[in-house]
Amino acid sequence: MINTAVDRSVPDGGKDTRRRRAVGLAVLTVALLVAATVSLAVGARALSPAEVWHGLFAEPEPDQKLTEIRLIVQTVRVPRTVLAIVAGLALGVGGALIQGYTRNPIADTGLLGVNAGASFAVVAVIAVFGFTDPFQYVWFAFVGAGLAGVVVFGLASIGRGAGNPLTLALAGQGVTVFLAAMTTAVALSDKESLNALRFWNAGSVAGVRFDVIWPVTGFIAVGLVLALITLPALNLLNLGDDVARALGVNIAASRTLGIVAVTLLAGAATAACGPIAFLGLMVAHVARYLTGPDYRWLVPYAGLLGAGVLLVCDIVGRVVVRPGELEAGVVVALLGAPFFAVLVWRGKFKSA
Amino acid sequence: MNGSEVAGGAEAKASMPPGVRLGWVSFVWRPWLVLVTLVLAAAAFLVFCLSISVGDFPIGLSRVIATILGRGEPVDEFVVMDLRMPRALAGLVVGVALGVSGAITQSVARNPLASPDILGITAGAGAVAVFLVTATGGAAAAITGSVGLPAAALLGGLGTGLLVYFLAWRRGVDGFRLILIGISVTAVMQAITTWLLVSADIRDVARAQVWLVGSLDNRSWDEVRVAFWATLVLLAAVAAVAFPFKPMHLGDDVAAGLGVRFGRVRAVLLLCAVLLAAVGVSAAGPVPFVALVAPQVAMRLARWPTPPLIASGTVGALLLIGSDLIARAALPIGLPVGVVTAVVGGPFLVYLLVRANLR
Repeated sequence: MINTAVDRSVPDGGKDTRRRRAVGLAVLTVALLVAATVSLAVGARALSPAEVWHGLFAEPEPDQKLTEIRLIVQTVRVPRTVLAIVAGLALGVGGALIQGYTRNPIADTGLLGVNAGASFAVVAVIAVFGFTDPFQYVWFAFVGAGLAGVVVFGLASIGRGAGNPLTLALAGQGVTVFLAAMTTAVALSDKESLNALRFWNAGSVAGVRFDVIWPVTGFIAVGLVLALITLPALNLLNLGDDVARALGVNIAASRTLGIVAVTLLAGAATAACGPIAFLGLMVAHVARYLTGPDYRWLVPYAGLLGAGVLLVCDIVGRVVVRPGELEAGVVVALLGAPFFAVLVWRGKFKSA
Repeated sequence: MNGSEVAGGAEAKASMPPGVRLGWVSFVWRPWLVLVTLVLAAAAFLVFCLSISVGDFPIGLSRVIATILGRGEPVDEFVVMDLRMPRALAGLVVGVALGVSGAITQSVARNPLASPDILGITAGAGAVAVFLVTATGGAAAAITGSVGLPAAALLGGLGTGLLVYFLAWRRGVDGFRLILIGISVTAVMQAITTWLLVSADIRDVARAQVWLVGSLDNRSWDEVRVAFWATLVLLAAVAAVAFPFKPMHLGDDVAAGLGVRFGRVRAVLLLCAVLLAAVGVSAAGPVPFVALVAPQVAMRLARWPTPPLIASGTVGALLLIGSDLIARAALPIGLPVGVVTAVVGGPFLVYLLVRANLR
């Protein structure tokens, strides 16, 4: 019922459409850059563009005020801006890919169990080793996310139903629920874990240092490359397995590659920010609405949209409940969901 | 995909079971489905009795059954009927309600991932309950513990479910749109819950977390009675509406061909599913997974193309009471039943999946 989605891509693929899509991509990129600039300026202490510029590039000076600005920009604003862009990009691309590979329009990056795996790893290492610093458990979160993804995909690959989208979705649900229950069991018997879990669950890009962000970015970069490689095959897969096979697609190989890409993207993003639900799902649908079903366009759009949305939500979260902050993950859901519902209600999404 | 469906259809036609007509009721005699359902019901009753017999003061299975039938000793009478029955019955009722609710949702949406959880019911109930627990703090604990919390959760779940339903309404309810709207509303409710948890006192967080995972602790007859009758009435409504309309899963085109009433039937069924889930969640908290897994398990055990309603309810009850039994009798620390339903249900779903794939 889902793969009728592709039928418009061929007649649409003319020169005009291509130009329109390329312009759209450029517009999104510019919007992202603007949002990034705003993100550097907005916060508990608002900075002027000149101050931001100074904070970014000026040499250290004895002037007390300028040194302070430098400190805010370079150690607080820049890391969270970079992380929001990188993680948003990863979750957007991951969401679009997982919907394509499962042919399920309600599939989310959380489907592979990566969120649940990361959460479980976090509470487990806090309960066992007593870690309190996020920089200690982010690596375990990534390993947990990766392992969960591998287990889900492994279970879904056994036997006849291998690569079947439904099998993958159900295996993901099974593992997710299992891990979530174990997480709760640990959290309920260890107060320290429970405390960490509630903050981790909110999903935030604040307070993460570059020594965490760079490695995470590395994993995400690998994931993005894999994602781009698999896009043409993904287009063919959405014509149906039989057609794709007839056209020479190695179905098992391209599915494996795609799932590995999603696991890397979602796992790394989740490890660094905590589970940010709904972002990937939402931007994938918006991207499909903007570009049509051609994944070579859809996926880049989804990535840029994901980065932009996460960044804007982080900025909004810094402003709305002053002097406190609302976590980006919470804002994503609170702002994104009604927007999404309006689009659905206006009939913008066909049952793909 | 089409090819296999056509093949399956031909096969089914070759071995089509005979139709049966008893007065105004007509149905197709499916011995395997009936057998599976009966076995499941017997198993559920057995576990129900077992659940009552286990505790600080163990009572033999035969004495439990005698007491239930009204021929027990006065001492057993007190322990069985007053102390343990509410909890076991709550498990039974909630399990059936969630199982049937899940079966309806999955049939109507034609998506095995659809469950009351995705329609916002559990998330809405959770948000309201957590608000009550964290915002009112310890002062209102007495009220929220017994009466206020289930009632508020019921209203929250119901309100959210209806909100999803009306938001998805646009000249009829389309399964796909329903799911998408449900996901968005669920996301909002979960975000609110998360925010409440982040800004709350850690002691309240622990209490909220127990409720959020689903628990059957300290059930009273008052709560169970409400849930029991509500579930019974809703099941009767479902039966009256659902059974004349088998081709639920055939899709919108067939539905259109069958006329306008089909759309109305589907709406009524969905409403029943929302109400059932809300009743279940209000009585036990958002026990995870029962509504999702019970229909899938029932489908596979019964070798049925869509979730069979009665069998799904029975599997739900079996899952919930069995998990509660494990939580109380086999685990060292007192964990809420929801932890066990998930720990048991998740791998079981995966096992069924792998086994089906290996065959």
